Amino acid sequence: MTNHWVDIKNADIVLIMGGNAAEAHPCGFKWVTEAKAHNKARLIVVDPRFTRSASVADVYCPIRTGTDIVFLGGVMNHLLTEDKIQHEYVKNYTDMTFIVREDFAFADGIYSGYDADKHSYDKSSWDYEIGADGYVKVDPELKHPRCVYQLMRKHYARYTPEMVERVCGTPKEKFLQVAEMIGSTSTPNRAMTVMYALGWTQHSIGSQMIRAGAMMQLLLGNIGVAGGGMNALRGHSNIQGLTDLGLMSNLLPGYLTLPNEKEQDYDKYIAARAYKPLRPNQLSYWQNYNKFYVSLMKAWWGDAATPENRWGYDYLPKLDKGYDMLQTFELMSQGKINGYICQGFNPLASSPNKAKMNGALAKLKFLVIMDPLVTETSEFWRNFGEHNDVDPAKIATEVFRLPTTCFAEEDGALVNSGRWLQWHWKGAEPPGEARSDLQIMGELFTRLRALYKSDGGAYPDPIMKLYWPYVMPNSPSADELAKEYSGRALKDLTDPKNPSQVTRKAGEQLAGFAELRDDGSTLSGCWIYCGAWGPSGNLMARRDNSDPTGIGQTLNWAFAWPANRRVMYNRASCDPSGKPFNPARKLIAWNGTTWGGADVPDYKVDEDPSLGMGPFIMNADGVGRFFARGGMAEGPFPEHYEPFETPLATNPLSPGKAEALNNPAARVFKDDRAAFGKVADFPHVATTYRLTEHFHFWTLHSRLNAIMQPQQFVEIGEVLAKELGIAGGEQVKVSSNRGYLKAVAVVTKRLRTLTVDGKPVHTVGIPIHAGFTGLTKPGYLTNTLTPVVGDANSQTPEFKSFLVKVEKV
Amino acid sequence: MPLQSLDIIRRSATTTPSPEVRGSYSGTVAKLIDTTKCIGCKACQVACMEWNDLRDDVGINFGSYQNPADLSDRSWTLMRFSEYENPKGDLEWLIRKDGCMHCADPGCLKACPSPGAIVQYSNGIVDFQEENCIGCGYCVTGCPFNIPRISKRDKKAYKCTLCSDRVAVGMEPACIKACPTGALVFGTKEDMKEHAAERIEDLKSRGFDKAGLYDPPGVGGTHVMYVLHHADQPGLYAGLVAEPRISPLVRLWKGRAKPVSLAIMALTALAGFFHFVRVGRNEVDERDEAAARASMDANRKPEARA
Repeated sequence: MTNHWVDIKNADIVLIMGGNAAEAHPCGFKWVTEAKAHNKARLIVVDPRFTRSASVADVYCPIRTGTDIVFLGGVMNHLLTEDKIQHEYVKNYTDMTFIVREDFAFADGIYSGYDADKHSYDKSSWDYEIGADGYVKVDPELKHPRCVYQLMRKHYARYTPEMVERVCGTPKEKFLQVAEMIGSTSTPNRAMTVMYALGWTQHSIGSQMIRAGAMMQLLLGNIGVAGGGMNALRGHSNIQGLTDLGLMSNLLPGYLTLPNEKEQDYDKYIAARAYKPLRPNQLSYWQNYNKFYVSLMKAWWGDAATPENRWGYDYLPKLDKGYDMLQTFELMSQGKINGYICQGFNPLASSPNKAKMNGALAKLKFLVIMDPLVTETSEFWRNFGEHNDVDPAKIATEVFRLPTTCFAEEDGALVNSGRWLQWHWKGAEPPGEARSDLQIMGELFTRLRALYKSDGGAYPDPIMKLYWPYVMPNSPSADELAKEYSGRALKDLTDPKNPSQVTRKAGEQLAGFAELRDDGSTLSGCWIYCGAWGPSGNLMARRDNSDPTGIGQTLNWAFAWPANRRVMYNRASCDPSGKPFNPARKLIAWNGTTWGGADVPDYKVDEDPSLGMGPFIMNADGVGRFFARGGMAEGPFPEHYEPFETPLATNPLSPGKAEALNNPAARVFKDDRAAFGKVADFPHVATTYRLTEHFHFWTLHSRLNAIMQPQQFVEIGEVLAKELGIAGGEQVKVSSNRGYLKAVAVVTKRLRTLTVDGKPVHTVGIPIHAGFTGLTKPGYLTNTLTPVVGDANSQTPEFKSFLVKVEKV
Repeated sequence: MPLQSLDIIRRSATTTPSPEVRGSYSGTVAKLIDTTKCIGCKACQVACMEWNDLRDDVGINFGSYQNPADLSDRSWTLMRFSEYENPKGDLEWLIRKDGCMHCADPGCLKACPSPGAIVQYSNGIVDFQEENCIGCGYCVTGCPFNIPRISKRDKKAYKCTLCSDRVAVGMEPACIKACPTGALVFGTKEDMKEHAAERIEDLKSRGFDKAGLYDPPGVGGTHVMYVLHHADQPGLYAGLVAEPRISPLVRLWKGRAKPVSLAIMALTALAGFFHFVRVGRNEVDERDEAAARASMDANRKPEARA
């Protein structure tokens, strides 16, 4: 989230699209009801299904799954043509005035630089034009044909209300009603929040859907303001913490990035990430990359990270390619992976195409499961009849189950969607032989290190020299790790302006990342968390919910990264002179000498606004970008491409271009492409989702959850049900080109038949909560059906749009 | 088991007077269920089972989000889901938390023949005292909302207690505490009516002209009330009764018919006495025994088939 849960109460319009907050985040959803009750907010839900969120919405708008960019592009077109944009904001805080290179082009759904054989782009033309002064050229009048404003107008002019109706199946009047409501927040005194989740993420064009939403918010001046923002609702407890700490294969903690194999030179690695300002007097905060990086390496390798060994640069793996989940399981299915550790992960249930996953796991020599419960993955080798029809005699994989504690049986911090690190305390002793993940990892590490010591190895240094200062090496404590990721001084730190003054003594915890140094005198395992355990103690454990301004800015409740800031980009809530756009919901303001207010300023605190520093300080140009430059795999402006399994033969936006049917930059493995189905065989559009009553697969083991939702079902609309002669409560078979499942049919008006490109499209809804372990009636894993293709940027699988066939059993 | 901190103002089938000293000066209590804020998450159902130590069976899906399928001796509250296409052509998914309404004039209590099996506290809560329940099922007939369920296990009637044990010590019912959206609120009945009025005003501003409070006068008002978007059509909400009244049978039986039946009973007793004095005891011969046995067998057969 750019903002936070409580802040949703400040919204005038709440748009839930690409998510179903009432269903999947019922507790957070209370802030929507607060906004409605006390702020007269209106709730809009755009979704292929009439959801629990829709049940309390003021307006529900149907949409075909996978077509959100058409809808959002249509909204942007509406805002631009009806002039419903926040002019002062857009002109000063975005790249609208920037001029784009002459060789940048877009035609028939394809951007310049495309290599059809490689399914990828040479992105060099996707950039701004740089002047002789080294800065981006701009046209404040917005007249230049290649300024971002003009390019964007031209790009989205194709996204007409008629096109929205044709591609999304959304009735034109409904679309226009929603677009007008959204446009009402272009005034400085109104704000709209966007709440989204995996309904946007899990598409082959998911990242671009989210970008389109963010662009719409930028046009309206809704980023950085109270009641606004782009708010990703994180679906697992602490999945925010997982990404923050860099558990993606290409990330280091704090969104630093691993070098790739061409980056053997440390200085070049840093230079490529410490962006030089693209406009005059910009902060370009990533210029401090080296400080974050060196402090991280000191946390990992301590005294062994030295200037001589480039702070242990060689200890880091250099990527030849991304090792995301789809890539890893592809390698596993090719027999190129011997062992696999599943820590709090149930890939048989959670990754696409279960048959492929079954085959891949069977090729392993060993599989380690760290989980409090039996999982489908830990039982993948066992025959559960039709639900898991495997032959155990043919599977040689050795499976080890290491029972772990669950969250309530350990201390630690969980990071919520609003970036709050909230400390929690152990509530109960774990049962049986369960051990904490820390203890298991600690014991694994110390034993591996002992093996390296006794037997040697190809490159033992990264293991042998790992900094492991914990009181109990076999079981590091949550406190020790929290202090480490927050960070401390390793030497006395002095004021650069007055070297005789010691600002932080050696050994003291640091107050924030501004104290980090690139000379090895500081340690911080995750720079964005720096200060969470500061000189005064554990700020994550704070529970003071006083809210002096009444707009939900409880700065003494827990700790929010970065720097305890609650609303990111909050400088953009003020006009260029530093006065709040909306005085009724003031976050910060300039008082003539400093910035301050109800939030921690996301800006240089003593920067005079007249000097023109932009509010988006992480960007080299200081502005919010409509034009993504080379930041995205498939192009600088979001463009609609059909899901890889689509009911349409051509992309209505670029009908003449076969390459523009699906995401041109997606990575699809050969066998997975062959496993895609065609609409002739699988005529129904399917989407998968969660239910309130369950959390993924593990609550199938919990009796109360099982009582509330006891059996697998699929939802089908009344028209399709009638066509197929299916009554509610009867069994149906749902097949894709990869497998089938059988489940109870819930026949409903909530899934309506849409008219898309002149033809009826039926949507089938398939909840994910079913498995062959647990207390509910045994069922089929939903991912038996889903295709293996990911978003071209994040490689998140396309679980939300694929083709199936529904039959009466 | 009477709770010492609450006065029982009415008891089923009892004629001894109720205590009257401790009036409910702070007002009677009420639960307000705002169907327009409810997202059907079932947290209330879970909280109810947890607080009351109930676990219903893990059932089946019968083609609905509604689970368990119905109220039962172990499911005292249940979300009922209804799909409604309004005249504008827009769909509405109406979700209603079903359960005991805690009527001011409770049909169950009136119908109950077992002394003290159903009581009403001064705060308005209607509670079943299962240890006094004889399992006759009259409360089921007496209830205009079809709420009480007779347990197959102990043949006793069960329903929502409005967490009388929690309320007695100043806590809100478990379902209220669990509700994430504020669709369930609890307080004095007056406060709840005031809160409802604000909600209704808001709903009218959103185009629900017929929004209103459901506090049916036919049962003297209830201590569980609904805010409805369509107060003119309660039936849309999974058949919520538009004008609930105590069953005429119960009213007749406990009302005008009661003195008559008492007189008949007295006369019967008197007749029996005279019969005994004049004729002596009734003797059962073998033919009577055989007839009785045959009729018992005939009654048992369908049960065996079931």
